Amino acid sequence: MAEDALLRLEAVLLTARRRLEWRRRLATVLAPSVAVLVLLLFWEYGARLFAIPPYLLPGPQVVLASMRENAAALWTQGLVTTWEIVLGFALSVAVGLPLALAIFLWQPFARAVYPLMIASQAMPKVAVAPLFLVWFGFGLLPKVLIGFLICFFPIVINTVMGLHGIEREKIYLAQSMGLGSAATFFKIRLPNALPAIFGGLKIAITLAVVGAVVGEFVGGDAGLGYLLITANGNMDTALLFAGIVCLTVIGVVLFLLVELAERLLLPRHAVGGGAARDAA
Amino acid sequence: MGDAMLELRELSKLYATGNGVVRALDRISLVQSPGEFVSIVGPSGCGKSTLLMLAAGLVGASAGQVLVQGRAVTGPRTDVGIVFQSPVLLEWRTALGNVMLQAEARGLPRRAAEARARELLAQVGLAGFEQKYPHELSGGMRQRVSICRALIHAPQHLLMDEPFGALDSLTRDQLVLDIQHMWQARERAMTVTFITHSVQEAVFLSDRVVVMTPRPGRIDQVMEIDLPRPRTLAMREQPPFNAYCRQVLDLFLQRGVLREH
Ligand SMILES: Nc1ncnc2c1ncn2[C@@H]1O[C@H](COP(=O)(O)OP(=O)(O)OP(=O)(O)O)[C@@H](O)[C@H]1O
Ligand SMILES: [Mg+2]
Repeated sequence: MAEDALLRLEAVLLTARRRLEWRRRLATVLAPSVAVLVLLLFWEYGARLFAIPPYLLPGPQVVLASMRENAAALWTQGLVTTWEIVLGFALSVAVGLPLALAIFLWQPFARAVYPLMIASQAMPKVAVAPLFLVWFGFGLLPKVLIGFLICFFPIVINTVMGLHGIEREKIYLAQSMGLGSAATFFKIRLPNALPAIFGGLKIAITLAVVGAVVGEFVGGDAGLGYLLITANGNMDTALLFAGIVCLTVIGVVLFLLVELAERLLLPRHAVGGGAARDAA
Repeated sequence: MGDAMLELRELSKLYATGNGVVRALDRISLVQSPGEFVSIVGPSGCGKSTLLMLAAGLVGASAGQVLVQGRAVTGPRTDVGIVFQSPVLLEWRTALGNVMLQAEARGLPRRAAEARARELLAQVGLAGFEQKYPHELSGGMRQRVSICRALIHAPQHLLMDEPFGALDSLTRDQLVLDIQHMWQARERAMTVTFITHSVQEAVFLSDRVVVMTPRPGRIDQVMEIDLPRPRTLAMREQPPFNAYCRQVLDLFLQRGVLREH
């Protein structure tokens, strides 16, 4: 009898916890939405209250109107920029991962290229952009290359660190099982490094947005960066804001896509691990 | 008795650290016969894990030799099953998948290996948990998975490093009984080198108990445990068993590992 009552209590507690879990999940969506809404309200009424001229700070409604008005331009220029971002990111993945592998596998190579890589990071990319303009013209290529220059670094660093950062015992285990070095790499070391690699990819995708816009600022005839420069020239601050909103949306969506890929590829890694443990 | 399964000859190990050299092991000599169950007990930091890694050929000795069936060990041994001090499971593989890693690495026939993996998991009370991932298992369950992984290829030599270190006493008792059962089932075709800091566990399981001194680890004394097998929980309450434990504890008291104030 007493056992029964205990079990029932337990069941009630568990369902209550489940419900709380749901509420927490809802809160993760709701809380930021409310925050954004409050911010927008402040912005709208603040701009009105202090009578800030719209060429300095247009309210959200003005920005929205501008977005609607320039929807076609924002869309086509947005596509151009998105394409540049994606290509820059893809190029840095295509080059960064093999480079990281070479650095991991071959010490002398690592020593040779590390200073170069760090120099490439220390060098301000905006300063290189005009040079790329001279070399590669106004087209797509210089933007992709600037994006690449900015975002290959975190990919390489995180991949190398992920490949090195493995418990010694996991390698011992592989050796005691007679696992060859290639099999050890693919069965143990690489999957073990994937969370770190994805960490690098997530940083890289946000940096790729910066790369594309910098490229367009310096020498563009298309894209949202170019649109921003033009709007700036026309003192069209509302359009300036509209462009920034679009860039932000593009950045966030691309970031979420990388995160989605991570979730699909590593459902059991650190991403879901913590939450699953809490629920258990 | 034939050739020794494992022979350690004057084995020493130094580690270089930031502030000088640490002597982890000091001229260890030990001979283990095939099928023998030997436990090594000693205070924390006396070099037990180091000793096991040397015996597995995973770490090189600074001086001395490791011989397996008369042959000098020069690289990682693959005739062993190892249970490390931590479970060392792959987070992205299920319990079954982790056990099967050993079978895959050795190219064992898949179907038979999987049946055996399931049987082993069931034997240590993990039936129904085959498809769970490490983060869904308790610490004790994870360690049990790693024990199954060390046994699936029926190794001739099982090396265990404080496998029950982090477990509650009930689970510990059960696993100690399980290990004894699995070892006896092999009818002395499996040599076991077992590291523990539990004197009771060592006496319970072993043919011989090796007691080590504090760092640098040396062999202090080797005790034959002459108790009938299979050993039972009831034996732990009886005078002969307690006398053995007492002997080890007295040794620790003499060496200052234990103090009665
Ligand atoms: N890789 C290493 N580098 C430097 N020193 C080490 C290394 N591994 C072990 N040591 C040192 O060697 C000594 C023995 O370590 P070991 O891990 O073998 O002890 P242990 O007996 O297994 O201890 P415990 O019971 O706490 O697990 C310790 O003083 C430790 O600091
Ligand atoms: Mg240890």
